Amino acid sequence: MTAELIHRLHFAFTITFHYLFPQLTMGLALLIVVLKSVALKTGSEQWDRAARFWGRIFAINFVFGVVTGIPMEFEFGTNWARFSRLSGGVIGQPLAMEGVFSFFLESAFLGLFLYGEKRISKWMHWFSAVMVFAGSWISGFFIIVTDAWMQHPVAYDRLPNGQFEVLSFWQLLLNPWGLLQYAHNMTGAVVTGSFVMAAVGAFYLLERQREEYARIFLKVGVIAGVAASVLIIFPTGDLHGKYVARNQPAAIAAMEGLFHSETGAGLVLMGQPNEETGQIDNPIVVNDALSFLVYGTTKAEVKGLDQIPHDQWPTALPLLYYAYHIMAGLGTWFVLLMIVSAFLLWRGRLQTARWALWALLLSFPLPYIANTAGWMTAELGRQPWLIYGLMRTSEGYSNTVSASNGLFTLLGFMGLYLLLGLLFTVLIYREISNGPEPNAAAEAVHAD
Amino acid sequence: MMGFIWFWLVAVMIVGYVVLDGFDLGVGVLHLFLAHTETERRTTLASIGPVWDGNEVWLLAGGGTLYFAFPLLYASAFSGFYLPLMIVLWLLILRGISVELRNHIEVGVWRALLDGVFGLASALLAVFFGAALANVLRGVPLQADGYFFLPLWTNWQPGANPGILDWYTVIGGLVALTALTLHGALWLTIKTSGELAGRARRIVNPLWLVVAALTVASLVATIAVRPASLNNYFNYPATFIVPLGVMAALAGIWVFNHKGQPGKAFLSSVLYLFFMLAGACWGLYPTLLPATTGADRDITLSRAISGPHTLAVGLVWWGFGMALAIGYVVFVYSKFRGKVDLSSADH
Repeated sequence: MTAELIHRLHFAFTITFHYLFPQLTMGLALLIVVLKSVALKTGSEQWDRAARFWGRIFAINFVFGVVTGIPMEFEFGTNWARFSRLSGGVIGQPLAMEGVFSFFLESAFLGLFLYGEKRISKWMHWFSAVMVFAGSWISGFFIIVTDAWMQHPVAYDRLPNGQFEVLSFWQLLLNPWGLLQYAHNMTGAVVTGSFVMAAVGAFYLLERQREEYARIFLKVGVIAGVAASVLIIFPTGDLHGKYVARNQPAAIAAMEGLFHSETGAGLVLMGQPNEETGQIDNPIVVNDALSFLVYGTTKAEVKGLDQIPHDQWPTALPLLYYAYHIMAGLGTWFVLLMIVSAFLLWRGRLQTARWALWALLLSFPLPYIANTAGWMTAELGRQPWLIYGLMRTSEGYSNTVSASNGLFTLLGFMGLYLLLGLLFTVLIYREISNGPEPNAAAEAVHAD
Repeated sequence: MMGFIWFWLVAVMIVGYVVLDGFDLGVGVLHLFLAHTETERRTTLASIGPVWDGNEVWLLAGGGTLYFAFPLLYASAFSGFYLPLMIVLWLLILRGISVELRNHIEVGVWRALLDGVFGLASALLAVFFGAALANVLRGVPLQADGYFFLPLWTNWQPGANPGILDWYTVIGGLVALTALTLHGALWLTIKTSGELAGRARRIVNPLWLVVAALTVASLVATIAVRPASLNNYFNYPATFIVPLGVMAALAGIWVFNHKGQPGKAFLSSVLYLFFMLAGACWGLYPTLLPATTGADRDITLSRAISGPHTLAVGLVWWGFGMALAIGYVVFVYSKFRGKVDLSSADH
């Protein structure tokens, strides 16, 4: 295995595992604000307990997000030194801003939210929840700004020594690519949060226990879920896709499996891209649909891979194609399931429709898969570039860190994260078993 | 000028990290020895529970600032110190998980395991941070292109072919371990009461003696390993106030602890850490990372500094953002002011 591949796998593995946690943190942060707001307005102890319950799940999830997030900032330097040396002046800024503007805010108010409820007023506790939400969403913004600059570099200049310089603070922050990606990504986080909340509600109802809380979870989860599931496709996904098509033609062609340029290009729903023959095997295609989706008219020409030099094709073409199709396919399922659930909720029949509850329960892992696949689409689509059009991935990794040393630490992370994953599962399972009602087992932890 | 400003801004973030997360690490080491009952253990850990995560942010914010202000240094040092940094990451992960999750687990065996992991990870982190600083002071075998790669150890000598660990950097690690443990003990004398606070106060004496001895040893060793460290001091003799400050702060810890004034004793420890780090920075300035392969390969301020636009953009948001951040920190510490009271914690 080459050093380049090891360093790519190192980052890919650690970032993929890491992002399992923040997507729930960011989604739940919004939903906890909703729970706290209703509790504050109605004075309902039940909604307050619901907020505390999700606060505990949030706290566990947050810790795993924090500890798996720290390696990410380090890896820019440890594994991608040549990239960092040239681009640090630009992308180091949003990364530092994340710490300064978001992490201080988030950690301060999360401490207050979790440990300080009896020391502060009800209003202040609600305010802490809002600040935790703001902190986590600001954090997401700066990460997207960082990635957006690598996808679509703006507001930069180059010094004689090759280093990139940032020319405008606001242009860096308001990179159009970043704004679209942010809207799409944060909606994705709300999809995860709402599916998880609805799934716990469905679980309790199927178990016929804690039904008063289950109703709260289902209501909040399904209403947020239907909104987010629609928004993730239209307008955020639609606009983001069009922007990718205009700026990264190689990426869109590979995502869609379009080997040849076509006027009135078809949308491939299923099939396996065959790089040797340059076609899709076993295709199911909707005629003209791709031209329509990208350019708004069925007759437009969409650039295929044949118009792109082979050394600028995304390096993991089939994986990119599958990641994109998995994301889009699951997104379609989210809309269907949530619209049906919302309809049942509106008619007051969701609690008794056991098939719908089962579907909601079993669907909770799917947003995780969709969010991961979405990020794989973005990052594999950028290949073979590290900074799109400016620096290749092969020019960016630390060439003083050998493949063997990289593999050593990659294996170390794999072992450690396996342990973390098991621990996380046990802890979340325990919280869901204990439930929102203060009970004997939970009291024992607090009292001894 | 910009280089001067950003050098000291990064230094301030590092001092902020060491002073704040330093007592978390110290408490992490000490809770294994000082807390005898479950209530005492929970009191000890509750003294850092609401703040440790925010304290760790100083490391990230400082790292980010280093990244954009001195990208060459960030790239060279992080890839060159690859192995120890990865170990630091694993330790940070283990520390964070173990201290948070004991609140969610009531099985005694698992709690004992998490407590042990927390103590060991805290101790090793202190050692690694001290050794890391000593590595910078000693210098590394920089190549002509500005990169290097250090193995964990070679022959334990700080000579031409150094490793991360040698006798000099081990001294650095021990200074950090003992000084931060002392720092943590002083924090506990403020935040706890009764028997527990008494034990924390009593352990300060033997720790102080070790810290004082190691401090002197490390100063002597630094001068022996890199005599150029003294250049700035002889050029600007007024700056000998920094080592004098170290001594005065050490004396302050001893005196105020004996007078039963824990707040002032802790403050003295803050000053001790501040003067130690400031002294090290001043010994380096304007070098950021000395080369053992010849002074012409040193990574200096002027060589590593980012372009003027980058730094101008950085200054705009940095001051504003850090003012906000300090506001949050003060706010949170004021909300959790006073002795730890387990009955008011609902988590």
